[in-house]
Amino acid sequence: MTQWHGQIVKIDDFHWKIPQDYKSGMRVPGLIYATEEMLEAIRREQALEQVVNVAFLPGILKFSFAMPDIHWGYGFPIGGVAAMDATSGVISPGGVGYDINCGIRLLRTNLVESEVRPKIQQLVDELFRNIPSGLGSEGKMKVSSSEMEKLVAEGSRWAIKHGFGSNEDLDVTEERGCMTEANPDKLSERAIKRGMSQAGTLGSGNHFLEVQMVREIFDPQAASAMGINQIGQILVLIHTGSRGFGHQVCTDALRVMERAVLNYDIKLPDRQLACAPIESREGKDYLETMACAANYAWVNRQCITHWTRESFSRVFGKSHDKLGMKQVYDVAHNIAKAEYHLVEGKRIKVYVHRKGATRAFPPGHKDIPQRYQKIGQPVLIPGDMGRCSFIAVGTQKAMEESFGSTCHGAGRILSRSAAKRSLTGREVLRALHERNITIKTGSISSLAEEASQAYRDVAKVIDVAQQVGISKKVALTIPVAVIKG
Amino acid sequence: MTVKTFKVIDHTADVGIIAYGNNIKEVFSHAALALFSLITKTTDIEVQIQHDVAITSTNVESLLVEWLNELIYLFDVEHLLLCRFDIKAISDTQLTATCYGETIDILKHRIKTGVKAATYHMLQIERDGHGYKAQVIFDI
Repeated sequence: MTQWHGQIVKIDDFHWKIPQDYKSGMRVPGLIYATEEMLEAIRREQALEQVVNVAFLPGILKFSFAMPDIHWGYGFPIGGVAAMDATSGVISPGGVGYDINCGIRLLRTNLVESEVRPKIQQLVDELFRNIPSGLGSEGKMKVSSSEMEKLVAEGSRWAIKHGFGSNEDLDVTEERGCMTEANPDKLSERAIKRGMSQAGTLGSGNHFLEVQMVREIFDPQAASAMGINQIGQILVLIHTGSRGFGHQVCTDALRVMERAVLNYDIKLPDRQLACAPIESREGKDYLETMACAANYAWVNRQCITHWTRESFSRVFGKSHDKLGMKQVYDVAHNIAKAEYHLVEGKRIKVYVHRKGATRAFPPGHKDIPQRYQKIGQPVLIPGDMGRCSFIAVGTQKAMEESFGSTCHGAGRILSRSAAKRSLTGREVLRALHERNITIKTGSISSLAEEASQAYRDVAKVIDVAQQVGISKKVALTIPVAVIKG
Repeated sequence: MTVKTFKVIDHTADVGIIAYGNNIKEVFSHAALALFSLITKTTDIEVQIQHDVAITSTNVESLLVEWLNELIYLFDVEHLLLCRFDIKAISDTQLTATCYGETIDILKHRIKTGVKAATYHMLQIERDGHGYKAQVIFDI
């Protein structure tokens, strides 16, 4: 890949700026959170040019941000954050991505490692059997098109009504699992059709379900508020999104936006950034369908949560209540949200695009659950399947600096095919076994694509976020077992 | 005479293809074959059924993206694996084609990669010697 030779200015050890005059048409500078070492790797591809391109979008405020897990995407970089003025700004489906509300959910349990290890194979088989995964996986639920309309309008509430969890789960889901702007009337027949067969499926690619154990607790008070009390405690992390339904919503929207760009005479350096004014018909239609896809993803994670609880319950012969399988939190990391932020001393409404970035609201924020008011919003950062993941919390600094956003994961450094060239699925399997990680997957050959070597070390990413102050580490977890599609 | 049909190119998070052809019809047909080669081994696909497709768009690049997205939809919803694409008519804004292949059989076809969508990122169709080439990045 071509090296990026653009201009970058060091602000301090973790802040780097691409000046606004780097390219004519930039409306704000770029701001990158990284160490010098990470920046060198980031420069090896064109992700920084994408940070520059995002700075062209009308109504963008303060900076075009790059979180420390930034890597080359299409249109927006992955790890990109851009906040647009709600009245003069644009909304860009490319700033959300195809997998709308791809996100992470964390469940806690009362179990510890010594109770789970002896039954791990049985547990993994049960989870794999109970949760539809893999390419083209179809759900166990048969959803009619009229039911789809209810599902996407109600989000997690729909799942709860159908017996997939409790209201308590809603309290600890971003947006309580429902963006109320959702309007099913705006969906294409294709989107509905694509969604009908895939509700309640994990999917494939980088999506997974991981049984993890707590390895280290950095902030006992915050951990305890999340029900995380000891080293060795077993947790479950679920990573999936809106499946083919979200992809179709994005595909449909981009077709509309291609024309909107011409209608509103918006000059863009990359067609994948196609957008429309937030206030326009096209902009509103996108936000209403994006909300449908976001709700669909929450239903998806809610159903998978339910089957995870069922599976644990079968294997350990206790109800999931007795096993203490409470949801810690659920975050969206591909989304655009209307939020209020202070800009130049004024509180204004903005639309924050988070493309591979996590909301990180501080203690006391009205949009986070009562039980987290003192500690801040839980932030869930998965690493690659061989190393570790982090649980963090949002901060006031994130509110002041990055529109309440932090990183979302490790960040890919090797393309999927490069990863496959350098090692085989079997080698990855062996490496995981050596680390005492049980894995069950529908496709061993695709394992190589998701190998540790294909990703940046998530510990380095989270440390940058910590140093900058946009999130604060609470605990480190390591995988015990991984289910992949 | 171009003998190359397509090649797969690296992109960090995703994957791209460059399709070649003596004319635009061939480029579109080879791009479709390249797409299905990402999904499965196309030589394992037998011609059992045919499916007609008609696309309208605003320009030739968008037409290519919409053509590929149509095929992704057919795979995702109708579970069609396609291996031969007969482009009947093509202009800058319209395309009609008949596609040939079969419904997925999990015992016979190994699915390699899920493809979410064809993107507009780095999208290019240009002259290449006596023929044409097209570059498309897929979100996978």
